[in-house]
Amino acid sequence: MPQNDTGTLADRIAAAGNLSDRLLSGIEATVTLGALVGGTALGGRATELCGRSVLIRTRDQLTSALALIELDGVARRVVLCPPDVAWEHLPFVVEAAAVDAMVSDRDLPPDADIPGVRCLVRCSPTIVPANCGCGAGLATEWILLTSGTTGQPKLVLHTLASLAGAIGPAGDSPSPEVWSTFYDIRRYGGLRIFLRALLSGASLVMSSTEGCMTDFLIRAAAYGVTHISGTPSHWRRALMSPAARRLAPQYVRLSGEIADQAILDQLHSFYPQAGIVHAFASTEAGVAFEVTDGLAGFPASLIGRGSAVEMKVEDSSLRIRSTLVADRYLAGHARPLTDPDGFVDTGDIVELRDGRYYFAGRRDGVINVGGLKVNPEEVEAVINRHPQVRMSLVRARKNPVTGALVVADVMLSTAPANLNGHAGKLEQEILQLCRGALPRHKVPAAIRFVGDLPIAATGKLVRQPCTMSS
Amino acid sequence: MSVRSEVIAQVTQVAREQDKVLAPLADDLELIHSGLDSLCMAVIVVRLEDSLGVDPFATAESAGFPVTLGEFIEFYENAAK
Repeated sequence: MPQNDTGTLADRIAAAGNLSDRLLSGIEATVTLGALVGGTALGGRATELCGRSVLIRTRDQLTSALALIELDGVARRVVLCPPDVAWEHLPFVVEAAAVDAMVSDRDLPPDADIPGVRCLVRCSPTIVPANCGCGAGLATEWILLTSGTTGQPKLVLHTLASLAGAIGPAGDSPSPEVWSTFYDIRRYGGLRIFLRALLSGASLVMSSTEGCMTDFLIRAAAYGVTHISGTPSHWRRALMSPAARRLAPQYVRLSGEIADQAILDQLHSFYPQAGIVHAFASTEAGVAFEVTDGLAGFPASLIGRGSAVEMKVEDSSLRIRSTLVADRYLAGHARPLTDPDGFVDTGDIVELRDGRYYFAGRRDGVINVGGLKVNPEEVEAVINRHPQVRMSLVRARKNPVTGALVVADVMLSTAPANLNGHAGKLEQEILQLCRGALPRHKVPAAIRFVGDLPIAATGKLVRQPCTMSS
Repeated sequence: MSVRSEVIAQVTQVAREQDKVLAPLADDLELIHSGLDSLCMAVIVVRLEDSLGVDPFATAESAGFPVTLGEFIEFYENAAK
């Protein structure tokens, strides 16, 4: 398949071929890529957005996807707004990205006027024929928002080149590939899958923002999804749904959180025919590497190689330099996106053991137990080895003796109500597992069985930003 | 179960979990000589908060930590009142 790595997104999708056979499926509608040639989802108003900085804020992922395809090369800037960005943060985003136009899939209330936004264009999943495009051929800047649970989002500037870099040509599989992702395509993890599918000649089934996991799995199975990605938390959640059996993927991908051995093994036994791949990527650093050997961590030989992606470990954290790294933050941030040598500090702590690096956790998530450091993720990886554990969250609990202590919330594959008095035995088994694998200060002081663990809109486990909680 | 017996039970349990040899338990036993280290004491405080539903350290007017086992038990008895 000819691969054209220049040109607009629409040009490159067209270059991947087979447009009439390929689908872009959202919760509200499904369109064929062929319909996008000479068609518009923006009511033919793309010319009004020519050269503008456009905030794309839609309910459904499909309409955002259609707007992106139509506006790359036309708008000066596209700002992808994930659905969980609070309305009160929009004025900040608008100002930081110099937004002067907005694409939405609904009518805004009259009091929703945002200063600076002079042009509002409706986007619809219904494609109508139009002689569209202003032919501007601009190198559109793509702005991604990374949002915490609190505080205003960071704006990360990419280009189509940095976002779509290292996406190979279409595979040579005899049957067409159908990609899907639990991620929202307006976040880095989902956007990469969106681009990877569309630029490599595949179809894409998008998840729903509010819909339940089972509905999505049923829809994905109905479209015959062959390649699917999500965070380890997404996957742990998915494997709890009976609908997960309906999928028969060839390729299962994990990213965004540490893939521990337990989830890799569970996916391998659940989908024995699939390649299980875990990748390291972040909005700022881009995709750094993929691990295909089914083992947690990554070979130390990846570090320091003079390949397209260069990596080093400094101060225990992984640093990455490549053409996939974002350009910069918009608006004033205390820290530049890269160091003077162009490396992004990912803030992810790695430890070398027997020729392999293992992710220990986030630098900003370390719990201090009487002066000794604990990464919650390394404790969770041990707890998750217990066959009855589905997922776990290790957190700090304030303590008058040691300042803090680690405690664990554990979600089992059976509901806590069905434990029938076995909770104490199970707790001891899990603690025994921890004592056998961890130093004393890392063993949870208490275990609480919970019915659910909250997962953020990013697909990651919700961790308290402050390490002190009682 | 009384506060006293709950404290004793947790002290014994945590010592066993942490492979610590406990000194004979008596009210005048100084915690520092009990065989329990600070991590053990920290775990005991967490367990007692969960079982008794009180955290005397969060509400105590004096910031000091009880010195003897008897004071430690009394600390919890007062908080549980």
